[in-house]
Amino acid sequence: MTAIEDLDVGSALPAITKPSINRTTLALFCGASNDHNPIHVDIDFARRAGMEDVFAHGMLSMAYLGQMLTNWVPQSAIRRFGVRFGAITHLGDEITCTGKVLEKLEEAGETLLKLEIAAADQYGEAKLIGHAIVAVS
Amino acid sequence: MDQNLLGTSSEPVTVPVEAGQLKFFAKATGETNPVYFDDDAAMAAGHPALPAPPTFCFTLNLARKDPFAFYTGLGLDLGRILHAEEEFEYVAPVYAGDTITIFETLVDMFAKKGGALEFYVFEGIAINQRDEIVVKLKNTIVHRNG
Repeated sequence: MTAIEDLDVGSALPAITKPSINRTTLALFCGASNDHNPIHVDIDFARRAGMEDVFAHGMLSMAYLGQMLTNWVPQSAIRRFGVRFGAITHLGDEITCTGKVLEKLEEAGETLLKLEIAAADQYGEAKLIGHAIVAVS
Repeated sequence: MDQNLLGTSSEPVTVPVEAGQLKFFAKATGETNPVYFDDDAAMAAGHPALPAPPTFCFTLNLARKDPFAFYTGLGLDLGRILHAEEEFEYVAPVYAGDTITIFETLVDMFAKKGGALEFYVFEGIAINQRDEIVVKLKNTIVHRNG
């Protein structure tokens, strides 16, 4: 893998693809993440709220994006990490996380990379779009 | 929207970071990097204990008897809220064995689409047992009306 300090603007991060999301995924994430909002696990509640079915926690896909970052750099290099949740992730969706270097900047003696990151489904529809700032040195 | 609600803060929650929950979180998210679920791998990578992954302070903030009481107290209906944005700023690492205190404050609120969507912006701070700020959080919730 290319050393992080050699990455130029436009370079892509190693992408990751996660297994498709099923009800068990959501049940496990409900418990593990402390997000017990029934809209993600209780279809009766979801239907009363006007949804056709339960749907994935946004923070599940954000955790996947975090894994893409920590597979690539030590977590201590991450300075900021943010996303906008653009579309609901549904049962059966298979999330792929991608990223690329947008900008290289110097701040307080550190070289930082500003990254554009996204989580998209198997059809290429972006679910989460965001950014991260990681330190190179 | 009642702008008088601006500045309202949640009750601080103080929660131990438990290795067992970190391992459960790793399992639930299909984590493949052993640093996040294998104590020996974490130590070998130079960590004093299992590290909390990047989004984990969001989870710690929900470790409350009624995690959504703050939102429902602001008049939000759980069946009508969606997560719009989330951002973390990292100041110091969080490890199993730490005790983290978190609270959040409503800092902005605005409507879009003629009031059909109401946005609530919260800023949170996570502080460890040594009174060090470890993570700053920013969380935007959208409430669907009608």
